[in-house]
Amino acid sequence: MKILVCISNVPDTTTKIKLTGDQSAVDLANAQWIINPWDELALTRALELKEASAGKIDKVTVITVGDKNAEPTIRKALAIGADDAIRVDAAPADAFAVAYEVSEAAKAENFDIILCGIESSDYNGSAMGGMLSEFLGLPSVSSVSKLEIEGDQVKVNREIPGGNELVEPETPFVAIVQKGIAKEPRIPSMRGIMMARKKPLNVVAPAGATALTEFVAYQPPQPKAACKMIAAENVGELVELLHNEAKII
Amino acid sequence: MNFEFTEEQIMIKQAARDFAKKLETDVIERDYKAEFPTHQIKELSELGFLGMMIDPKYGGGGMDSLSYVMALEEISKVDSSVAVIMSVHNSLVTYGIEKYGTEFQKEKYLPIMVTGEKIGAFLLSEPEAGSDATSQKTLAEDKGDHYLLNGTKNWITNAHCADVYIVIAQTHPEKKHHGINALIVDKNTPGISLGPHEDKMGMRSSDTHSVMFTDVKVPKENRIGEDGFGFKFAMKALEAGRIGIAAQALGIAAGAYERSLQYSKERKAFGKLISQHQAIAFKLADMAVKIENARNLVHKAAWLKDTGKDFSLIGSMAKLYAADIAMEVSTEAVQIHGGYGYVKEYHVERLMREAKLTQIYEGTSEIQKVVISRRILMD
Repeated sequence: MKILVCISNVPDTTTKIKLTGDQSAVDLANAQWIINPWDELALTRALELKEASAGKIDKVTVITVGDKNAEPTIRKALAIGADDAIRVDAAPADAFAVAYEVSEAAKAENFDIILCGIESSDYNGSAMGGMLSEFLGLPSVSSVSKLEIEGDQVKVNREIPGGNELVEPETPFVAIVQKGIAKEPRIPSMRGIMMARKKPLNVVAPAGATALTEFVAYQPPQPKAACKMIAAENVGELVELLHNEAKII
Repeated sequence: MNFEFTEEQIMIKQAARDFAKKLETDVIERDYKAEFPTHQIKELSELGFLGMMIDPKYGGGGMDSLSYVMALEEISKVDSSVAVIMSVHNSLVTYGIEKYGTEFQKEKYLPIMVTGEKIGAFLLSEPEAGSDATSQKTLAEDKGDHYLLNGTKNWITNAHCADVYIVIAQTHPEKKHHGINALIVDKNTPGISLGPHEDKMGMRSSDTHSVMFTDVKVPKENRIGEDGFGFKFAMKALEAGRIGIAAQALGIAAGAYERSLQYSKERKAFGKLISQHQAIAFKLADMAVKIENARNLVHKAAWLKDTGKDFSLIGSMAKLYAADIAMEVSTEAVQIHGGYGYVKEYHVERLMREAKLTQIYEGTSEIQKVVISRRILMD
């Protein structure tokens, strides 16, 4: 059995967001790059499953679409414990392009379970996993918060409003995972870090997907207005401000 | 000159930072109760930090000293008790065995020490021999095939949790420091007893005891180096140890600074953030400069060690400077926090208590000045 984990290379979630002068892009010149937190949890779960599988799961592969700058993030995934990695050498233009590139690169290997984080912490599109399963012609399960393998049966827990849905999908399938899939991300060990450069990182040429999305402009959120304090006895003033200034009633 | 870190070094720093984040959850409580970080040390060893610089052929990580000091800095930002356990184990004990031990000693001890299965302690200080390490009273009498150890060692970090002791003791008192030997001693050897847990000012969750030896038999094969090499061995091990303690002091300073910076951007006084008051902003600027200087010294010392050059002078400078600025920066951090700084919840009072020890152990600040002045006057 083989597991593929799709990882996004995203700016650290503590990065201060700045826009370029013309507001056409996010200025990430000084950003630290990390594995998208949901993908990191997916990877952790994949490794837990492999370790508990008594050799049934041969390997865990990670894949990302990105240029050479994404390699430190990929090597961190290898240091954490992935067996090998694929980098599709293209800019991750949009969810459609990324999903297509991943599907093309993954086809040949016939992975049994493909894990994707529910969203990436940069653009939060939540679209890639569903598109990927469509391109691969595989079923997908979304909002997966638990994934177990019992014997030959995969058991998946989906969080739905008001409860949980238990699904027993046939492999191969795509699982779009969310928080809860693993307790916490793993810290790479010294041995893992040392081994990371020795593990295969296969760079493949892109299949040539065209992005369907165009980013027109970015706008920073409006700065928070100062809080206005109104004395309890001046209810009239409060109503007037809510009507005419805040315009919410 | 190249100030760029490698990808691995950055990854190690990040791993240490992620580990340190977990220490934060109970560091105040452990300090208060003087409770040993048992499961934290287990995780530290699982991550490979307890053997990170040891040759992979003994199961170590084969990392350089620069990676090591970067990791120690990150851990010390949060919890110096964990950092000192790691520092003594790595820089004094496993380093000492790997660098000066026989192949038999390396194969016997290193593989079980890099996994953290056995922790190391370094027993040099005595009730009447601290900075004056030549005045060793502990005796290691030569009995042919073994040494017979008698005496008392004081202020021993890891005394309780460790299984592998390196004991410095006098064999030939007439030869003064040329008669001293360094012996590897298994803690469970009959005749070893521990004094009570020292109730310390800071680093309270590391275990510190005095250790008494009464007719303890140590096989000859456990001696490190030639007969009489012990004092030189201790000085060499401490030279390396200093870089670790310098990194620890740097981490304390950096931790206190980072907390102050954050706090100054949240706390308001006189209608504006305290960071907008020059009195606070200038304190932060002074802290930042001192930390940058200390970091450069610590990294240079590690680089000298990694490239096989003499690191004793810069190592002493790094230890002296980092320890002194750790004290200054952590004291100012308490001042910036005001009343909040004086209570435990905000961490900085603990960092200040921890900083004090870095000026004392593994060579006091005054001893560093002896080392430095001798060197600069000699050259």
